[in-house]
Amino acid sequence: MFIQISRRDKPSPTAGVVRLSEARLGARGVIVEVRAEAGVETVGVEELQRRLLEFGFVEGARLQVLFEGAIGHDPIAVKLDDMRIALRRRDAANVYLALDAA
Amino acid sequence: MSLATTVAVRVALVGNPNSGKTALFNALTGARQKVANYAGVTVERKEGALVTASGRRLTIVDLPGTYSLRARSPDEAVTRDAVLGRLAGEVPPDVVICVADATNLRLVLRLALELKAVGRPLVLALNMYDIAQRQGLAIDLDALSREIGAPIVTTVATRRRGIDDLVAQVDALIAAGALPEENLWREPGAAEIRLAHARAQQFVRDHVRPPARPDTWTGRIDAVLLHPVGGLVILLGLLFVMFQAVFTWAAPLMQGISAVFTAFGDGVGAYVANDLLRSLIVDGLIAGVGSVLVFLPQILILFLFILLLEDVGYMARAAFLMDRIMGGAGLHGRAFIPLLSSFACAIPGIMATRVIDSRRDRLTTILVAPLMTCSARIPVYTLIISAFIPNTQVAGMLSLQGLVMFGLYAAGIVSALLMSLVIRTVFWRNAVEPFLMELPTYRMPDPANVARNLMQRASIFLGRAGRIILPMMVLVWALSTFPYPPAGAPGPAIDYSFAGMIGHVIEPLLAPIGFNWQISVALIPGMAAREVAVAALGTVYAVGDPQHQAGGLAAVLARHWSLATGLAFLAWYVFAPQCLATLGVVKRETNSWLWPAIMFAYMTGLAYLAAFVVYRTTVAFGGG
Repeated sequence: MFIQISRRDKPSPTAGVVRLSEARLGARGVIVEVRAEAGVETVGVEELQRRLLEFGFVEGARLQVLFEGAIGHDPIAVKLDDMRIALRRRDAANVYLALDAA
Repeated sequence: MSLATTVAVRVALVGNPNSGKTALFNALTGARQKVANYAGVTVERKEGALVTASGRRLTIVDLPGTYSLRARSPDEAVTRDAVLGRLAGEVPPDVVICVADATNLRLVLRLALELKAVGRPLVLALNMYDIAQRQGLAIDLDALSREIGAPIVTTVATRRRGIDDLVAQVDALIAAGALPEENLWREPGAAEIRLAHARAQQFVRDHVRPPARPDTWTGRIDAVLLHPVGGLVILLGLLFVMFQAVFTWAAPLMQGISAVFTAFGDGVGAYVANDLLRSLIVDGLIAGVGSVLVFLPQILILFLFILLLEDVGYMARAAFLMDRIMGGAGLHGRAFIPLLSSFACAIPGIMATRVIDSRRDRLTTILVAPLMTCSARIPVYTLIISAFIPNTQVAGMLSLQGLVMFGLYAAGIVSALLMSLVIRTVFWRNAVEPFLMELPTYRMPDPANVARNLMQRASIFLGRAGRIILPMMVLVWALSTFPYPPAGAPGPAIDYSFAGMIGHVIEPLLAPIGFNWQISVALIPGMAAREVAVAALGTVYAVGDPQHQAGGLAAVLARHWSLATGLAFLAWYVFAPQCLATLGVVKRETNSWLWPAIMFAYMTGLAYLAAFVVYRTTVAFGGG
């Protein structure tokens, strides 16, 4: 059990960490950090972080970018563990993703 | 009789959006439902009643869906306050039922932990359990129940399975004397949310075996429907079908309703001897009710489509596809549906803005919704187009009249997008709200659920619109009737009424945009609803029966108005807030006179400007 979890949470050593806002279509990986830094003026960075966490954007969650909009590749639809969530790239900037090695 | 059987036990339903909570509510309460508003806020309050097998009366309240008790929207604030017993005028619930989608437990288990912390007796209903079983998802119910500290009941709301068990479980809790414990809930910060999520995650890992046959349809359907180009094409196709249905299926029904009310008015009129009373009943009340009811077929068809697409899970996809396009104009992806509804009538559109979480986005949507071409403008557009636009072909295939009609619709859409940009810049200083939305699993729609929701939408529309429109109609009738013309007066009676006086007062203001006194006078009764202006013009120009002789009125207008005036009148109607009912609904939905006042000011300003530009340009090209 323990080994399983730690392997699941371990970031890939080769593929690097990106912000979800910059992840390409089809990118897969594990969330390594959800920060409270980038944000929108109206709700504040802390609140945006809490909303992301509430939707399941938590450290250790598996994520894949499934779809993106036609204009500016925005918004994106992601598979987050077993849920599907749509969000704008600017709101995704707080989520750091360790990409799987190709 | 003990106290428990005389006082109804209050049960609150709480759950994530898309958990089938409303279907469960319907299965529990059947037809015994009341839909109202919470005091002071425009959040819908749904309540129903049932009697348990042991004879205990339960009052069930369906609280707005939420992911957490940390409220982000007015709807979610109601859920939080109702659960915490803080809501003014509401008795706190005796039992809370947390409704969960059995196939999607993680987020709702965190909500269940929050609800547990509140301390009220809790039951967890694992809904859509048939789907979970079909997928081969195995849940250790006893263990999960121990971890959460609440009994678990499995349900299939759409097939009424497990409903009796759920009721029996609530009954048993009350019979066992379950009382609220100390409320330990406080608003969680990031660290607490992480912890709670980790706990929920652990529950799932320990007690839920992942599905052997997971749903793969949602992914496959999304690959088509969320395709960046194909998805948009399909969305536009759906919209096209929807509008065809709204306008073609509804037309015979609308004519029927119109005919019934005309006949009813004539019939009643024949029995009322007093002229004034007859005028009030026939022209004021019956015509007033008719002018509301005539839109009902369109609204029902529109809502049928919306509810079906919502039930299937497509609406979130539509919001996703439209977000960037709407976002470019400063609107939320979810504003798409309210704006769409506004093509039938701005009133249901404005009521539908409740799905938008953030206050700013919602207000922007409300303010621009009346710019979408509602069906009440169609009679006005049709009249003026048939009077002033020659029925010729352009480029050998397109009708010029049709093109002008299309142009008027396009002008409405473009101006709505531009206005929302202006509103965002002026009022919100470019503030942007986050856009985070679950894309639910696709499901077959439940016809009973859709039918019930459709009936509820219809009765809400009729109730609200009736309550606002009827008094307005009577007011407009009074303005157009009193005072009476002097005996033997040559002009039409309305010319001597208050409406006539107001018309003559504003005439100098409207002269620069090419409106004569007849138009100015007709605009006053036209405030009741846009299409009333057609009848009012008929009255002013003393065309006996404009409804049945639209061709006659068009010919009269073509003789009396210049082309420039006709076009300016069209431009005016694209923008003008010629609908008191809309302003009344905005007041109700925003709880303030400020927003209807802003709406009235900006729309009148735009209308004047547009009519002025159109009039002067046409005159300059020799159309004066």
